[in-house]
Amino acid sequence: MPQDVFAPWTDPNEKPIIQFQNVTKRFGDFTAIDDLTIDIYEREFFALLGPSGCGKTTMMRMLAGFETPTEGTILLSGQDIAPVPPNKRAVNMMFQSYALFPHLSIWDNIAFGLRRDKRPKDEVSQRVEEMLRLTRLEKFARRKPHQISGGQRQRVALARSLAKAPKLLLLDEPLGALDKKLRQETQFELMDIQEKTGTTFVIVTHDQEEAMTVASRVAVMDHGKIIQVATPADIYEAPNSTYVADFIGDVNLIRGKATGKDGDRLRIAWAEGQPEIVGTPNREFANGDTVHFAIRPEKVAISSEKPDSPNAIPGKVHDIAYLGNISTYHVELAGGQIIKAQTANNRRISRRSFTWEDNVWLSFTDTAGVLLET
Amino acid sequence: MRRFSWFNATSLTLGFAFLYLPMVILVIYSFNASKLVTVWAGFSTKWYGELLQNDAFLDAAWVTVKVAVMSSTLATVLGTIAAIVMIRAGRFYGRTLFSGMIYAPLVMPEVITGLSLLLLFIGIGLDRGVLTIVLAHTTFSMCYVSVVVSSRLVSFDQSLEEAALDLGCSPFQAFRLVTLPIIAPAVISGWLLAFTLSLDDLVIASFTAGPSATTLPMKIWSSVRLGVSPEINALSTLMIAVVTLGVISASIISKRGAVKQQREEQAAERAEAE
Repeated sequence: MPQDVFAPWTDPNEKPIIQFQNVTKRFGDFTAIDDLTIDIYEREFFALLGPSGCGKTTMMRMLAGFETPTEGTILLSGQDIAPVPPNKRAVNMMFQSYALFPHLSIWDNIAFGLRRDKRPKDEVSQRVEEMLRLTRLEKFARRKPHQISGGQRQRVALARSLAKAPKLLLLDEPLGALDKKLRQETQFELMDIQEKTGTTFVIVTHDQEEAMTVASRVAVMDHGKIIQVATPADIYEAPNSTYVADFIGDVNLIRGKATGKDGDRLRIAWAEGQPEIVGTPNREFANGDTVHFAIRPEKVAISSEKPDSPNAIPGKVHDIAYLGNISTYHVELAGGQIIKAQTANNRRISRRSFTWEDNVWLSFTDTAGVLLET
Repeated sequence: MRRFSWFNATSLTLGFAFLYLPMVILVIYSFNASKLVTVWAGFSTKWYGELLQNDAFLDAAWVTVKVAVMSSTLATVLGTIAAIVMIRAGRFYGRTLFSGMIYAPLVMPEVITGLSLLLLFIGIGLDRGVLTIVLAHTTFSMCYVSVVVSSRLVSFDQSLEEAALDLGCSPFQAFRLVTLPIIAPAVISGWLLAFTLSLDDLVIASFTAGPSATTLPMKIWSSVRLGVSPEINALSTLMIAVVTLGVISASIISKRGAVKQQREEQAAERAEAE
């Protein structure tokens, strides 16, 4: 492992750039943000992920200054930003609709914020040219926003919000309006630009793939609360709840009861007549406690003979989803429960070993799954 | 395409004749060489020349233009503010009543508007003249401006103004640099509408004008009572021209921008697809 992994959140000496301290926001009877506390560090690419209505956009609008917290404080570089109006904050936002000014050219759109600061003319034009180069828009500088395509508009919006070199850039569903292919290209472009400029990015999205791709850390939100904050890998491999496990990617959830320990392994009884599942807990479970066993489909192996594995369960192929690069087998167990197993299709499809109604064995190691309390 | 039946053609002709025949006759007779309004004696533009010599008419025309410019400008400012407030305010208790009250003068009988304003001006001791006509015209034409402007504001993306604030504008700068330029076509066509409304108003002006200020419609009305002269025809023709020009340019200004934008948007999408 390289020494200089970017992880300021693990360093107690690092000062966060944004601090939410017990922030609550209510709209009438509706609580959009519920007693939320979080630190975001400089140069982070921080993703707020959640279903619509979970409060992620409200958090962003509070950072931009369009909403004020009902309770609690938000600190930017250690200063309370509640009394600072949006036009005085060193924070810029890229809007979901892009909000490009239709009556101004691309050049003037990008120069708009710089001119408000009364910067000298040549400094403004120098900065605009720099932004145009960064976003590869030099050719379109004289056009109006409606004369360019959706992907180009997205880049103009980004250039305009970066022009003032803000301490913090907020991105509200920045790629929502692009089609899938363009979206994937743009994700890498965003990461590249974030790295080049060294700006702290906070992105709001409901697309988990997007959050996983771009972010240094992801906060999964639900009902105004942050359920888990972690790196994409930790969110995926070590979710702290069934909500997070289920929200990110595909997962098999098996509910059972802890029955006993073998060293650091825990046995879980989950169905009448089935062998107990053996897993590795990262917290204490007493005998009889309810355990949710979560395992990703790609960690479940499928075979025709009973394998030599700590966990092997027989079943019957119920359905096969062929996705080209991978296939997902839906395997029905004796109790009727469906478990998904995923295999990479590194062979041609004509040589596939299983088909519908085949009797198969599912197996996984004793460290493949996560044991969750809720 | 559907066949154009005789029935449709006839009803269309009759309908338009009903609407425009009187005006066409008026325009034709304004070029009559004869002094008698009903007898055609050859083409001439002499009545237009004579009109330019008539000081009474020219004075009235000057008053009318002054009133129209001032009242439509005032109405545009107030009507735009009213429209913005009504769109921005969102839902509040009594909103329907409030917006209803902005639009009510549109359907209020002019006689009543005129009379109530007259009583008000007498009550507060304001001398009747150009100022009172301007105020009176402003009260009814600002409703029209507000209708035109709010129909544009409904489709205005609120995040544009937020983006302006985010980039460092004060709220007033955001309005001046972003909102106003974008809704400008609607504001201009509102102004033109208010201008033409003020130009051809007779009833309210009659109530609120004093002896010192006579507008052109009032002047025409009083001269016609002494008999229609070809000069009046010529004057009316000019007024029709001005009003038509105003209304047509108002609608062109508000439509052309949208059509052009749509065309260019399609062009951009095509260019990307290629």
